[in-house]
Amino acid sequence: MKHLLFFSLTLLLAVNITYAQSAKYQRVMEQNVALLDTAHSLSSVVDLGNRFERIADAEKTLALPYYYAAYCKVMTAFLGNDNSKADEIADKADELITKAETLDKPNSETYVIRSMIATAHMMVDPQNRYMQYGAASAEALNKSIALDSTNPRPVYLQGQAKFYTPEAFGGGKSVAKPIFEKALSMFGTFKPATDIAPRWGKGATQYFLSQCN
Amino acid sequence: MRNKYSHMSRLLLLLTLFISSTALGQVSISGVVTNKKKKPVTGASITIKGSYDGGTVDSTGNYSFMTTERGDQILVITATGFKEEDINIKIGVESIRKDVVLQDNTSELGAVLITAGSFEAGDKKRGTVLSSMDIYTTAGADGDITSAIKTLPGAQQVGEQTGLFVRGGTAEETKVFIDGTLVNNYFYTSTTDIASRGRFSPSLFQGTIFSSGGYSALYGQALSSALILESTDLPERSEGNIGVSSVGLSGGYTSLAKDKKSSWGVDYNYVNLWPSFQVIHQDPDYFQIPVVNTAEGNFRIKTGKRGLLKFYAYYSGQQFGLSRPDIDSLALKDAFTLKNPDYYANLSWKQRWHKWRLTLSSSYSNNLDKVQNQLQNSAGEPVTMSQYPYDSKSFQAHTAAQLAQGKAVLEYKLPDLSAVRFGGEYQHSEYKSKFTDDTIPWINTGYTDNFTAAFGEADIYVTHKLALKPGIRFENSPLMQKSDVAPRVSAAYQVGPGQVSLAYGLFYQKPDDGYLSFYPHMGYQKATHYIANYQIMTTKRTFRLEGFYKKYDYLTKTFPDTSDIGTGYAQGVELFWRDKQTFKGIDYWISYSYLDTKRNYLNFPYEMTPNFAAKNTLSIVFKKFVQDWKTGFNLSYSYASGRPYYNLSQYGKPAYYIQDSGRTIPYNNISFSLNYIPTLSKPNSKHFTVWVLSVNNIFNFKQVYSYNYSYNNEIKQPVEPPAGRFIFIGCFISFGVDRTQDAINNNL
Repeated sequence: MKHLLFFSLTLLLAVNITYAQSAKYQRVMEQNVALLDTAHSLSSVVDLGNRFERIADAEKTLALPYYYAAYCKVMTAFLGNDNSKADEIADKADELITKAETLDKPNSETYVIRSMIATAHMMVDPQNRYMQYGAASAEALNKSIALDSTNPRPVYLQGQAKFYTPEAFGGGKSVAKPIFEKALSMFGTFKPATDIAPRWGKGATQYFLSQCN
Repeated sequence: MRNKYSHMSRLLLLLTLFISSTALGQVSISGVVTNKKKKPVTGASITIKGSYDGGTVDSTGNYSFMTTERGDQILVITATGFKEEDINIKIGVESIRKDVVLQDNTSELGAVLITAGSFEAGDKKRGTVLSSMDIYTTAGADGDITSAIKTLPGAQQVGEQTGLFVRGGTAEETKVFIDGTLVNNYFYTSTTDIASRGRFSPSLFQGTIFSSGGYSALYGQALSSALILESTDLPERSEGNIGVSSVGLSGGYTSLAKDKKSSWGVDYNYVNLWPSFQVIHQDPDYFQIPVVNTAEGNFRIKTGKRGLLKFYAYYSGQQFGLSRPDIDSLALKDAFTLKNPDYYANLSWKQRWHKWRLTLSSSYSNNLDKVQNQLQNSAGEPVTMSQYPYDSKSFQAHTAAQLAQGKAVLEYKLPDLSAVRFGGEYQHSEYKSKFTDDTIPWINTGYTDNFTAAFGEADIYVTHKLALKPGIRFENSPLMQKSDVAPRVSAAYQVGPGQVSLAYGLFYQKPDDGYLSFYPHMGYQKATHYIANYQIMTTKRTFRLEGFYKKYDYLTKTFPDTSDIGTGYAQGVELFWRDKQTFKGIDYWISYSYLDTKRNYLNFPYEMTPNFAAKNTLSIVFKKFVQDWKTGFNLSYSYASGRPYYNLSQYGKPAYYIQDSGRTIPYNNISFSLNYIPTLSKPNSKHFTVWVLSVNNIFNFKQVYSYNYSYNNEIKQPVEPPAGRFIFIGCFISFGVDRTQDAINNNL
């Protein structure tokens, strides 16, 4: 009897701790994912990235925190103004998204990050790297769309790529505008799978669309 | 029972207490994180290992966070560009203050790079000087790798002889390597006083290293310079291409497998200079217009995640015939014809396992030069004369060169960018030549050698500011019955915004083929290099100043006896400046070389400056792409001060003497090219077109390379290029997907 009681108590406690842990995970992730919407400065994105990486390393078996850590990491390459570090930052983001893909599997969202990583490498020396990384970036977006045609993020990034490509090279605002409009309508119908699944990009799409006029 | 209960309740109480204490008590951890120079490491992450708790360093270097963790914990501090720091801490109830100094990480980006003597091109993360696009858009280079290399310091502007003349060295002293193995006949065979192009297109290669001295122990048998080419990996996509130009037609197809793990490709290229020669007058009379047929094929297969097998095969058949007035009797002509088939194949495999990297490469080449020269009268009929020097003017020569080789390099990566690599190579070469003229029947000469080499090299990063690269190479030639040991060492040290590099090394080379056939037991020719340079490099600008001293020993002498007692030296200062930043949208570079060199080799009576060495050489290359016009404009200017020339004559005397000497007029060349890309503004265009117009030596500057003399010294004639100005026009279309950037890539 005593043993049985003790056993069930321990079990209860263990369950309780696991529940508390996963509740904590859920709560902390929700907080941080919400913060992503308002994080526009380099320092806030760096801080959020560090937080996601901590969660990822503590949980060890969950792909999502690594995904967010990779997203924040590659964003710091775009927000920072020191091109000389972009390669190293992109390599680190690559390491993080690889972990996410190994824990779960490559999906529409991880290919979005892969595209951004390629773009970060390209921006160090666009003239010489366009061939390799420009193509890799575009291809990752195509894969992302192929895996989930309702995902608005690869469409938004396709718009962004055209937005930054000079008109003479087949880009420009007029080319980008319909793509952003399509992305925005997709954001309207897109439902994240869970409360902490990727949802970012709508605000940025609206911003770019306003710049197209 | 009561006892039991109380026991249980005590346990519960204890557990509750434990749980609530973890929930309630928060302890503050804070501090400052700096680098060795006490500068804040903004953005660094501080984590209590295995927990969610941690913070980020702000712009003043401070961090602070609250934690509920207790007891012995590990504080992990990470930041891009720094080594991870793990610190053991004990968390009680008191706040903790922990200041941390992070050590720089020896990463590729922050670390010094050994640059003495070498220019690296290609899309490596560091050290990019010229990419394949740069080669295509260098005016005057016409899509020829070595012509573009001639705009870099160290290379001479020699227009009358084929090859790269580097730092007082002959063309034979520069060797070309593709994927690690030596290329025997890199250039098309040519005739006296006319230089020819390299056989291989720049687009075959993803990386180019031009070393003007002090190169790695992985390579050998080049006294002066190594041009190291690395072929491209898997293509980005499948596509077809066709080209029509004033010099010929081309077409090709590349297929990339759906899983992107393998690819194959074929290309065909037909060159016929008839249309060009109708418009642009050529000085020798081409009775047989130059025609070249080239066929290429390749495949590439990924082996696992980190391996690639590459195969490339090449065939080219070239022929031409030209006649020039005979220098000894202006009433007679020399009619020269050449047939030159060449086969080349290269198979290589690179594979990585964890920290090991293996590169196996092999290649085979077979080149035949069938040469005929005929003395003719003004009507073009053959003339036979028995008196000197006319009796040896009509001749035939067949030269066949075969080279089969294998090479293995094994590399082991050590921590912090350091690495060791070692390996060996084997070269089986067969050289056969037969010759006849009016005085002698066919005579056969030649040699076979089974040359072997072993080498070892290490990259040692003492700190990220100091790198050393010691290397050693052993070489053995059974034919010569001689071995050599060639130590090489180079170092780089960061000074201020730039770095200082030093290099020293011994370099050996067999005597040239023609001499090796008759005198196989001569010793290796030897060069000792000393190089120092200072370089500042950012992504948009490169500044480089380099000084060198090179000593030659055991050069081949042909007079009074054939021997290996020739000597010489070369020394100089070179400057390179490339800038893509100062003027918006404009990319330009300037190279300047000062060269002081003398040698006593072949039939030279004493040490003197050879006729291929100019004291001052300058190149300015300028490029701008105007998007609104969809056109790229490229301009280049090359200058070389007058070169010495000599008439080394034996006429009427027992020994060679300098009958006449002087200095040629300076060399000047301004070239221009433009690339027009009409499909640029059409997004998602399924084909891609580029028009190319290039004009070499626009102002038709007179260029005199040297002088030829008749055997009796009575006639002196300048050696000039076959044509002054040369114009090329072409249109290249590729089918497949949108290839915006190749635009500039694929223009000749």
